[in-house]
Amino acid sequence: MIEDIELETLINEVYEYYGFDFGSYSRASLKRRVYRVYQLDGFTHFHDFLSKVRTDPEYYKRMVDEITVNVTEMFRDPSFYNILRKEILPLLGTKPFIRLWHAGCSTGEEVYSMAIMLKEAGLLHKSLIYATDINATVLETAKKGIFPLKMMKEYSQNYRDAGGQEDFSRYYTANYGIAKFNDELSQKMVYSQHNLVSDTSFNEFDMILCRNVLIYFDNELQKRVINLFDESLAVLGFLALGTKETIKYSISPGKYKQYEKEKIWRKIK
Amino acid sequence: MEENKIIVNCKVVIIGGSAGSLNALMQILPSLNKLNNFAIVIVVHRKSTDDQTLEELITLKSSIPVKAIEDKTILKSGFVYVAPSNYHLLFEKDDTLALDTSEKINYSRPSIDVSFESAAEVYTDSLVGILFSGSNTDGTQGLKAIKAAGGTIVVQNPLSADMPFMPNNAILFSSPDYVLNNKEILDLLNSINT
Repeated sequence: MIEDIELETLINEVYEYYGFDFGSYSRASLKRRVYRVYQLDGFTHFHDFLSKVRTDPEYYKRMVDEITVNVTEMFRDPSFYNILRKEILPLLGTKPFIRLWHAGCSTGEEVYSMAIMLKEAGLLHKSLIYATDINATVLETAKKGIFPLKMMKEYSQNYRDAGGQEDFSRYYTANYGIAKFNDELSQKMVYSQHNLVSDTSFNEFDMILCRNVLIYFDNELQKRVINLFDESLAVLGFLALGTKETIKYSISPGKYKQYEKEKIWRKIK
Repeated sequence: MEENKIIVNCKVVIIGGSAGSLNALMQILPSLNKLNNFAIVIVVHRKSTDDQTLEELITLKSSIPVKAIEDKTILKSGFVYVAPSNYHLLFEKDDTLALDTSEKINYSRPSIDVSFESAAEVYTDSLVGILFSGSNTDGTQGLKAIKAAGGTIVVQNPLSADMPFMPNNAILFSSPDYVLNNKEILDLLNSINT
Protein backbone atom coordinates (compact mmCIF):
# COMPACT_ATOMS: atom_id res chain seq x y z
CA MET A 1 0.00 0.00 0.00
CA ILE A 2 1.09 3.62 -0.42
CA GLU A 3 1.83 5.79 2.61
CA ASP A 4 -0.54 8.49 3.88
CA ILE A 5 2.10 11.14 3.29
CA GLU A 6 2.49 9.99 -0.33
CA LEU A 7 -1.23 10.30 -0.92
CA GLU A 8 -1.26 13.80 0.56
CA THR A 9 1.69 14.76 -1.66
CA LEU A 10 -0.18 13.53 -4.72
CA ILE A 11 -3.30 15.48 -3.72
CA ASN A 12 -1.25 18.66 -3.29
CA GLU A 13 0.65 18.28 -6.54
CA VAL A 14 -2.50 17.52 -8.55
CA TYR A 15 -4.04 20.66 -7.14
CA GLU A 16 -0.95 22.74 -7.83
CA TYR A 17 -0.38 21.47 -11.38
CA TYR A 18 -3.90 20.87 -12.61
CA GLY A 19 -6.18 22.75 -10.21
CA PHE A 20 -8.21 19.67 -9.39
CA ASP A 21 -8.92 19.25 -5.69
CA PHE A 22 -9.05 15.72 -4.32
CA GLY A 23 -8.55 17.16 -0.83
CA SER A 24 -12.21 16.65 0.07
CA TYR A 25 -12.37 13.04 -1.05
CA SER A 26 -12.73 10.29 1.55
CA ARG A 27 -9.23 9.00 2.14
CA ALA A 28 -9.83 5.26 2.63
CA SER A 29 -11.39 4.82 -0.78
CA LEU A 30 -9.14 7.33 -2.57
CA LYS A 31 -6.05 5.56 -1.27
CA ARG A 32 -7.24 2.20 -2.60
CA ARG A 33 -8.09 3.74 -5.96
CA VAL A 34 -4.70 5.48 -6.29
CA TYR A 35 -2.89 2.30 -5.26
CA ARG A 36 -4.91 0.36 -7.81
CA VAL A 37 -3.85 2.53 -10.78
CA TYR A 38 -0.29 2.68 -9.42
CA GLN A 39 -0.12 -1.11 -9.47
CA LEU A 40 -2.06 -1.48 -12.72
CA ASP A 41 0.48 0.72 -14.51
CA GLY A 42 3.45 -1.15 -13.09
CA PHE A 43 4.95 1.51 -10.83
CA THR A 44 7.27 0.38 -8.03
CA HIS A 45 8.40 3.75 -6.68
CA PHE A 46 5.97 6.43 -5.69
CA HIS A 47 8.19 9.30 -6.85
CA ASP A 48 8.18 7.85 -10.40
CA PHE A 49 4.40 7.79 -10.34
CA LEU A 50 4.26 11.31 -8.95
CA SER A 51 6.64 12.63 -11.57
CA LYS A 52 4.65 10.95 -14.37
CA VAL A 53 1.44 12.57 -13.13
CA ARG A 54 3.16 15.94 -12.86
CA THR A 55 4.85 15.98 -16.26
CA ASP A 56 2.41 14.09 -18.47
CA PRO A 57 -1.08 15.65 -18.74
CA GLU A 58 -2.32 12.64 -20.72
CA TYR A 59 -1.28 10.35 -17.92
CA TYR A 60 -2.84 12.66 -15.36
CA LYS A 61 -6.11 12.36 -17.24
CA ARG A 62 -5.84 8.58 -17.27
CA MET A 63 -5.16 8.58 -13.53
CA VAL A 64 -8.24 10.69 -12.78
CA ASP A 65 -10.37 8.43 -15.01
CA GLU A 66 -9.07 5.37 -13.21
CA ILE A 67 -9.42 6.59 -9.65
CA THR A 68 -12.96 7.86 -9.98
CA VAL A 69 -15.22 4.86 -9.43
CA ASN A 70 -17.16 3.98 -12.55
CA VAL A 71 -18.98 0.87 -11.48
CA THR A 72 -22.70 1.10 -12.09
CA GLU A 73 -25.55 -1.13 -13.17
CA MET A 74 -29.05 -0.94 -14.63
CA PHE A 75 -31.88 -0.85 -12.12
CA ARG A 76 -29.50 -1.08 -9.16
CA ASP A 77 -31.70 -1.40 -6.03
CA PRO A 78 -34.94 -2.48 -7.72
CA SER A 79 -37.04 -1.26 -4.78
CA PHE A 80 -35.91 2.29 -5.55
CA TYR A 81 -37.20 1.97 -9.12
CA ASN A 82 -40.44 0.48 -7.85
CA ILE A 83 -41.13 3.60 -5.78
CA LEU A 84 -40.05 5.74 -8.69
CA ARG A 85 -42.55 3.99 -10.96
CA LYS A 86 -45.45 3.92 -8.51
CA GLU A 87 -45.10 7.19 -6.62
CA ILE A 88 -42.71 9.65 -8.16
CA LEU A 89 -43.34 9.45 -11.89
CA PRO A 90 -47.11 9.95 -11.58
CA LEU A 91 -46.40 13.22 -9.72
CA LEU A 92 -43.80 14.34 -12.25
CA GLY A 93 -46.21 13.40 -15.02
CA THR A 94 -48.55 16.24 -14.10
CA LYS A 95 -45.96 18.72 -15.36
CA PRO A 96 -45.96 19.88 -18.98
CA PHE A 97 -42.24 19.26 -19.24
CA ILE A 98 -39.88 17.21 -17.03
CA ARG A 99 -36.21 18.03 -16.51
CA LEU A 100 -34.01 15.44 -14.82
CA TRP A 101 -30.34 15.51 -13.87
CA HIS A 102 -28.20 12.43 -13.31
CA ALA A 103 -25.14 13.83 -11.50
CA GLY A 104 -22.18 11.47 -11.65
CA CYS A 105 -23.82 9.27 -14.28
CA SER A 106 -20.70 7.25 -15.13
CA THR A 107 -21.28 4.95 -18.15
CA GLY A 108 -24.99 5.72 -18.17
CA GLU A 109 -26.65 2.50 -17.01
CA GLU A 110 -28.90 4.39 -14.59
CA VAL A 111 -29.73 7.00 -17.22
CA TYR A 112 -31.00 4.30 -19.59
CA SER A 113 -32.89 2.71 -16.69
CA MET A 114 -34.60 6.05 -16.10
CA ALA A 115 -35.40 6.46 -19.80
CA ILE A 116 -37.05 3.05 -19.80
CA MET A 117 -39.12 3.98 -16.75
CA LEU A 118 -40.17 7.28 -18.34
CA LYS A 119 -41.05 5.53 -21.58
CA GLU A 120 -43.23 2.99 -19.81
CA ALA A 121 -44.96 5.77 -17.89
CA GLY A 122 -45.67 7.53 -21.18
CA LEU A 123 -43.54 10.51 -20.15
CA LEU A 124 -40.35 10.16 -22.16
CA HIS A 125 -41.58 12.37 -25.00
CA LYS A 126 -41.89 15.35 -22.66
CA SER A 127 -38.75 14.67 -20.62
CA LEU A 128 -35.17 15.80 -20.95
CA ILE A 129 -32.47 13.93 -19.03
CA TYR A 130 -29.24 15.81 -18.39
CA ALA A 131 -26.47 13.42 -17.45
CA THR A 132 -23.09 14.63 -16.24
CA ASP A 133 -19.85 13.17 -15.02
CA ILE A 134 -16.38 14.47 -14.29
CA ASN A 135 -14.93 11.74 -16.51
CA ALA A 136 -15.15 12.43 -20.26
CA THR A 137 -14.28 8.85 -21.20
CA VAL A 138 -17.29 7.32 -19.45
CA LEU A 139 -19.58 9.91 -21.04
CA GLU A 140 -18.56 8.65 -24.49
CA THR A 141 -19.67 5.15 -23.50
CA ALA A 142 -22.90 6.48 -22.04
CA LYS A 143 -23.78 8.41 -25.22
CA LYS A 144 -23.47 5.25 -27.30
CA GLY A 145 -25.72 3.23 -25.02
CA ILE A 146 -23.64 0.12 -25.57
CA PHE A 147 -23.25 -2.23 -22.63
CA PRO A 148 -21.83 -5.76 -22.27
CA LEU A 149 -24.36 -8.37 -23.39
CA LYS A 150 -23.30 -10.67 -20.55
CA MET A 151 -24.82 -8.20 -18.06
CA MET A 152 -28.31 -8.37 -19.60
CA LYS A 153 -29.42 -11.43 -17.65
CA GLU A 154 -28.78 -9.64 -14.36
CA TYR A 155 -30.26 -6.36 -15.63
CA SER A 156 -33.42 -8.00 -16.90
CA GLN A 157 -33.83 -9.66 -13.49
CA ASN A 158 -33.35 -6.24 -11.82
CA TYR A 159 -35.86 -4.79 -14.27
CA ARG A 160 -38.45 -7.41 -13.36
CA ASP A 161 -37.74 -6.94 -9.63
CA ALA A 162 -38.37 -3.23 -10.24
CA GLY A 163 -41.86 -4.06 -11.50
CA GLY A 164 -41.03 -4.12 -15.22
CA GLN A 165 -43.62 -6.00 -17.25
CA GLU A 166 -42.15 -5.88 -20.74
CA ASP A 167 -39.71 -8.22 -22.41
CA PHE A 168 -36.48 -6.43 -21.43
CA SER A 169 -34.72 -7.49 -24.63
CA ARG A 170 -37.00 -5.28 -26.71
CA TYR A 171 -35.00 -2.28 -25.46
CA TYR A 172 -31.73 -3.32 -27.08
CA THR A 173 -30.20 -5.05 -30.07
CA ALA A 174 -27.74 -7.82 -29.26
CA ASN A 175 -24.68 -8.18 -31.42
CA TYR A 176 -21.26 -9.84 -30.87
CA GLY A 177 -21.25 -9.65 -27.11
CA ILE A 178 -22.73 -6.16 -26.86
CA ALA A 179 -26.19 -4.79 -26.24
CA LYS A 180 -26.95 -1.52 -28.03
CA PHE A 181 -29.89 0.28 -26.47
CA ASN A 182 -32.50 1.78 -28.78
CA ASP A 183 -31.96 5.33 -30.04
CA GLU A 184 -35.47 6.13 -28.95
CA LEU A 185 -34.20 6.04 -25.35
CA SER A 186 -31.08 8.16 -25.92
CA GLN A 187 -32.89 10.84 -27.95
CA LYS A 188 -33.97 12.52 -24.74
CA MET A 189 -30.52 12.51 -23.11
CA VAL A 190 -28.00 15.34 -22.99
CA TYR A 191 -24.51 14.41 -21.81
CA SER A 192 -21.87 16.85 -20.64
CA GLN A 193 -18.84 17.04 -18.40
CA HIS A 194 -19.50 18.58 -14.99
CA ASN A 195 -17.41 18.60 -11.84
CA LEU A 196 -19.43 18.52 -8.63
CA VAL A 197 -16.40 19.73 -6.68
CA SER A 198 -15.93 22.99 -8.56
CA ASP A 199 -18.75 23.63 -11.08
CA THR A 200 -21.96 25.50 -10.35
CA SER A 201 -25.64 24.99 -10.96
CA PHE A 202 -26.62 25.09 -14.65
CA ASN A 203 -30.38 24.63 -14.76
CA GLU A 204 -33.49 24.03 -12.69
CA PHE A 205 -34.66 20.43 -12.43
CA ASP A 206 -37.71 18.48 -11.35
CA MET A 207 -35.63 15.54 -10.25
CA ILE A 208 -31.94 15.13 -9.44
CA LEU A 209 -30.38 11.70 -9.08
CA CYS A 210 -26.95 11.29 -7.57
CA ARG A 211 -26.64 7.76 -6.33
CA ASN A 212 -23.45 6.47 -4.71
CA VAL A 213 -21.34 9.50 -5.56
CA LEU A 214 -21.43 11.37 -2.24
CA ILE A 215 -19.96 8.36 -0.40
CA TYR A 216 -16.59 9.34 -1.91
CA PHE A 217 -16.70 12.87 -0.47
CA ASP A 218 -16.01 14.15 3.05
CA ASN A 219 -18.76 15.81 5.11
CA GLU A 220 -17.82 19.33 4.07
CA LEU A 221 -17.91 18.60 0.34
CA GLN A 222 -21.14 16.61 0.74
CA LYS A 223 -22.72 19.67 2.26
CA ARG A 224 -21.58 21.84 -0.64
CA VAL A 225 -22.83 19.38 -3.25
CA ILE A 226 -26.20 18.94 -1.57
CA ASN A 227 -26.57 22.70 -1.48
CA LEU A 228 -25.72 22.79 -5.18
CA PHE A 229 -28.54 20.28 -5.73
CA ASP A 230 -30.85 22.35 -3.58
CA GLU A 231 -30.14 25.43 -5.72
CA SER A 232 -30.78 23.38 -8.85
CA LEU A 233 -34.04 21.81 -7.73
CA ALA A 234 -37.48 23.30 -8.31
CA VAL A 235 -39.84 23.47 -5.35
CA LEU A 236 -41.73 20.13 -5.17
CA GLY A 237 -38.86 18.52 -7.07
CA PHE A 238 -37.20 15.27 -5.99
CA LEU A 239 -33.68 14.41 -4.90
CA ALA A 240 -32.57 10.76 -4.99
CA LEU A 241 -29.38 9.48 -3.37
CA GLY A 242 -27.81 6.05 -2.90
CA THR A 243 -29.37 3.62 -0.42
CA LYS A 244 -26.74 4.38 2.24
CA GLU A 245 -26.53 8.14 1.76
CA THR A 246 -28.40 10.93 3.51
CA ILE A 247 -29.03 14.67 3.36
CA LYS A 248 -29.75 14.98 7.05
CA TYR A 249 -26.32 16.37 8.03
CA SER A 250 -26.28 18.81 5.14
CA ILE A 251 -29.58 20.65 4.97
CA SER A 252 -31.99 22.12 7.47
CA PRO A 253 -34.80 19.75 8.43
CA GLY A 254 -38.25 20.84 7.31
CA LYS A 255 -37.10 21.87 3.88
CA TYR A 256 -37.30 18.33 2.52
CA LYS A 257 -39.68 15.46 3.13
CA GLN A 258 -38.34 11.92 2.89
CA TYR A 259 -40.25 9.09 1.18
CA GLU A 260 -40.51 6.49 3.96
CA LYS A 261 -37.41 4.31 3.95
CA GLU A 262 -36.28 5.22 0.45
CA LYS A 263 -33.48 7.68 -0.15
CA ILE A 264 -35.79 10.05 -2.02
CA TRP A 265 -36.57 13.51 -0.70
CA ARG A 266 -39.09 16.05 -1.93
CA LYS A 267 -38.26 19.72 -1.69
CA ILE A 268 -41.27 21.24 0.07
CA LYS A 269 -40.10 24.83 0.36
CA MET B 1 -8.20 -26.20 24.01
CA GLU B 2 -5.41 -23.68 24.17
CA GLU B 3 -5.02 -21.51 27.25
CA ASN B 4 -4.02 -17.86 27.58
CA LYS B 5 -6.24 -16.65 24.80
CA ILE B 6 -6.50 -13.30 26.47
CA ILE B 7 -6.57 -10.35 24.13
CA VAL B 8 -6.19 -6.88 25.59
CA ASN B 9 -6.31 -3.41 24.04
CA CYS B 10 -8.70 -4.58 21.36
CA LYS B 11 -10.77 -1.85 19.72
CA VAL B 12 -12.37 -3.75 16.88
CA VAL B 13 -13.16 -7.38 16.08
CA ILE B 14 -13.81 -7.82 12.39
CA ILE B 15 -15.59 -10.96 11.28
CA GLY B 16 -15.65 -12.30 7.73
CA GLY B 17 -17.61 -15.19 6.30
CA SER B 18 -19.45 -16.53 3.33
CA ALA B 19 -21.61 -19.59 2.70
CA GLY B 20 -22.40 -21.32 5.99
CA SER B 21 -21.10 -18.51 8.20
CA LEU B 22 -24.54 -17.41 9.28
CA ASN B 23 -25.05 -20.65 11.19
CA ALA B 24 -21.85 -20.13 13.13
CA LEU B 25 -22.69 -16.49 13.86
CA MET B 26 -26.10 -17.49 15.15
CA GLN B 27 -24.50 -19.99 17.49
CA ILE B 28 -22.10 -17.39 18.83
CA LEU B 29 -23.80 -13.98 18.89
CA PRO B 30 -26.81 -14.84 21.09
CA SER B 31 -24.51 -16.01 23.91
CA LEU B 32 -22.20 -13.05 23.76
CA ASN B 33 -21.85 -10.88 26.86
CA LYS B 34 -21.75 -7.12 26.56
CA LEU B 35 -18.74 -6.06 24.47
CA ASN B 36 -15.89 -4.85 26.65
CA ASN B 37 -14.76 -1.62 25.04
CA PHE B 38 -14.66 -2.96 21.54
CA ALA B 39 -16.93 -3.08 18.50
CA ILE B 40 -17.72 -6.01 16.23
CA VAL B 41 -17.94 -5.47 12.49
CA ILE B 42 -19.44 -8.27 10.39
CA VAL B 43 -18.63 -8.57 6.71
CA VAL B 44 -20.41 -11.49 5.08
CA HIS B 45 -21.24 -12.29 1.49
CA ARG B 46 -24.94 -12.23 0.81
CA LYS B 47 -27.33 -11.54 -1.99
CA SER B 48 -27.68 -7.88 -2.86
CA THR B 49 -31.44 -8.05 -2.40
CA ASP B 50 -31.75 -9.27 1.21
CA ASP B 51 -30.25 -6.19 2.69
CA GLN B 52 -31.69 -5.79 6.16
CA THR B 53 -32.41 -9.41 7.06
CA LEU B 54 -29.06 -10.18 8.72
CA GLU B 55 -29.33 -7.12 10.99
CA GLU B 56 -32.87 -8.09 11.91
CA LEU B 57 -31.85 -11.67 12.65
CA ILE B 58 -29.00 -10.59 14.92
CA THR B 59 -31.19 -8.03 16.68
CA LEU B 60 -33.74 -10.75 17.30
CA LYS B 61 -31.24 -13.24 18.69
CA SER B 62 -28.73 -11.12 20.54
CA SER B 63 -28.83 -8.54 23.32
CA ILE B 64 -25.89 -6.61 21.86
CA PRO B 65 -27.20 -3.55 20.00
CA VAL B 66 -26.86 -3.83 16.22
CA LYS B 67 -26.27 -0.93 13.88
CA ALA B 68 -26.76 -0.99 10.14
CA ILE B 69 -23.97 0.86 8.38
CA GLU B 70 -24.58 3.97 6.32
CA ASP B 71 -22.14 6.39 4.77
CA LYS B 72 -19.84 7.80 7.52
CA THR B 73 -21.37 5.84 10.37
CA ILE B 74 -19.21 6.36 13.47
CA LEU B 75 -17.79 3.18 14.95
CA LYS B 76 -18.49 3.00 18.70
CA SER B 77 -17.51 0.30 21.15
CA GLY B 78 -20.29 -1.88 22.49
CA PHE B 79 -22.08 -2.24 19.17
CA VAL B 80 -22.26 -4.81 16.39
CA TYR B 81 -22.09 -3.37 12.87
CA VAL B 82 -23.15 -5.21 9.75
CA ALA B 83 -21.71 -4.34 6.34
CA PRO B 84 -24.44 -3.64 3.76
CA SER B 85 -24.65 -5.81 0.68
CA ASN B 86 -23.37 -4.51 -2.65
CA TYR B 87 -20.81 -2.08 -1.14
CA HIS B 88 -17.22 -2.52 -0.04
CA LEU B 89 -16.72 -1.45 3.57
CA LEU B 90 -13.68 0.67 4.43
CA PHE B 91 -12.34 2.26 7.61
CA GLU B 92 -11.26 5.88 8.00
CA LYS B 93 -8.67 7.14 10.50
CA ASP B 94 -11.31 9.16 12.38
CA ASP B 95 -13.28 6.00 13.33
CA THR B 96 -15.91 6.50 10.64
CA LEU B 97 -16.94 3.82 8.19
CA ALA B 98 -16.83 4.43 4.46
CA LEU B 99 -18.63 2.67 1.63
CA ASP B 100 -17.41 2.11 -1.90
CA THR B 101 -19.16 0.63 -4.95
CA SER B 102 -16.00 -0.16 -6.92
CA GLU B 103 -15.34 -3.45 -8.74
CA LYS B 104 -16.05 -6.75 -7.00
CA ILE B 105 -12.96 -8.37 -5.48
CA ASN B 106 -12.86 -12.19 -5.32
CA TYR B 107 -16.26 -12.05 -7.06
CA SER B 108 -17.58 -10.34 -3.94
CA ARG B 109 -18.89 -6.97 -2.78
CA PRO B 110 -18.43 -6.57 0.11
CA SER B 111 -15.07 -8.28 -0.17
CA ILE B 112 -13.68 -9.56 3.13
CA ASP B 113 -10.11 -8.90 1.97
CA VAL B 114 -10.91 -5.24 1.26
CA SER B 115 -12.46 -4.64 4.69
CA PHE B 116 -9.80 -6.61 6.58
CA GLU B 117 -6.96 -4.77 4.84
CA SER B 118 -8.56 -1.38 5.43
CA ALA B 119 -9.26 -2.15 9.11
CA ALA B 120 -5.69 -3.41 9.55
CA GLU B 121 -4.31 -0.08 8.35
CA VAL B 122 -6.37 1.91 10.82
CA TYR B 123 -6.49 -0.36 13.88
CA THR B 124 -3.12 -2.19 13.53
CA ASP B 125 -2.44 -4.15 16.75
CA SER B 126 -5.79 -3.35 18.34
CA LEU B 127 -7.63 -5.38 15.71
CA VAL B 128 -8.79 -8.99 15.85
CA GLY B 129 -9.83 -10.67 12.58
CA ILE B 130 -11.94 -13.82 12.52
CA LEU B 131 -12.70 -15.81 9.38
CA PHE B 132 -15.58 -18.25 9.19
CA SER B 133 -17.06 -20.77 6.78
CA GLY B 134 -17.21 -20.18 3.04
CA SER B 135 -16.46 -21.63 -0.35
CA ASN B 136 -14.06 -19.14 -1.89
CA THR B 137 -10.67 -17.66 -1.06
CA ASP B 138 -11.83 -14.23 0.12
CA GLY B 139 -10.43 -13.31 3.54
CA THR B 140 -7.02 -14.95 3.40
CA GLN B 141 -5.16 -11.89 2.08
CA GLY B 142 -7.01 -9.75 4.59
CA LEU B 143 -5.98 -11.96 7.51
CA LYS B 144 -2.38 -11.71 6.35
CA ALA B 145 -2.65 -7.92 6.33
CA ILE B 146 -4.08 -7.91 9.87
CA LYS B 147 -1.27 -10.16 11.09
CA ALA B 148 1.37 -8.02 9.35
CA ALA B 149 -0.02 -4.90 11.03
CA GLY B 150 0.31 -6.53 14.45
CA GLY B 151 -3.29 -7.70 14.94
CA THR B 152 -4.55 -11.09 16.05
CA ILE B 153 -6.05 -13.53 13.55
CA VAL B 154 -8.45 -16.35 14.24
CA VAL B 155 -9.84 -18.97 11.86
CA GLN B 156 -12.88 -21.14 12.48
CA ASN B 157 -11.88 -24.78 12.77
CA PRO B 158 -12.68 -26.20 9.32
CA LEU B 159 -14.12 -29.29 11.00
CA SER B 160 -16.84 -27.15 12.58
CA ALA B 161 -17.45 -25.08 9.43
CA ASP B 162 -20.36 -25.83 7.10
CA MET B 163 -18.10 -24.94 4.17
CA PRO B 164 -14.49 -25.69 5.17
CA PHE B 165 -12.84 -24.33 1.99
CA MET B 166 -12.45 -20.74 3.17
CA PRO B 167 -11.00 -21.54 6.62
CA ASN B 168 -8.75 -24.23 5.10
CA ASN B 169 -7.41 -21.76 2.56
CA ALA B 170 -6.71 -19.26 5.33
CA ILE B 171 -4.92 -21.84 7.47
CA LEU B 172 -2.83 -22.88 4.48
CA PHE B 173 -1.75 -19.38 3.43
CA SER B 174 -1.77 -17.27 6.60
CA SER B 175 -0.48 -18.17 10.06
CA PRO B 176 -3.52 -17.92 12.33
CA ASP B 177 -2.91 -17.24 15.99
CA TYR B 178 -5.84 -19.48 16.79
CA VAL B 179 -7.90 -22.12 15.00
CA LEU B 180 -11.05 -22.53 17.09
CA ASN B 181 -14.48 -24.10 17.09
CA ASN B 182 -17.57 -21.96 17.64
CA LYS B 183 -17.68 -22.40 21.44
CA GLU B 184 -14.02 -21.45 21.71
CA ILE B 185 -14.57 -18.38 19.55
CA LEU B 186 -17.39 -17.36 21.87
CA ASP B 187 -15.13 -17.77 24.92
CA LEU B 188 -12.43 -15.77 23.19
CA LEU B 189 -14.81 -12.91 22.41
CA ASN B 190 -16.12 -12.87 25.98
CA SER B 191 -12.56 -12.71 27.34
CA ILE B 192 -11.44 -9.72 25.26
CA ASN B 193 -10.20 -6.73 27.32
CA THR B 194 -11.00 -8.45 30.64
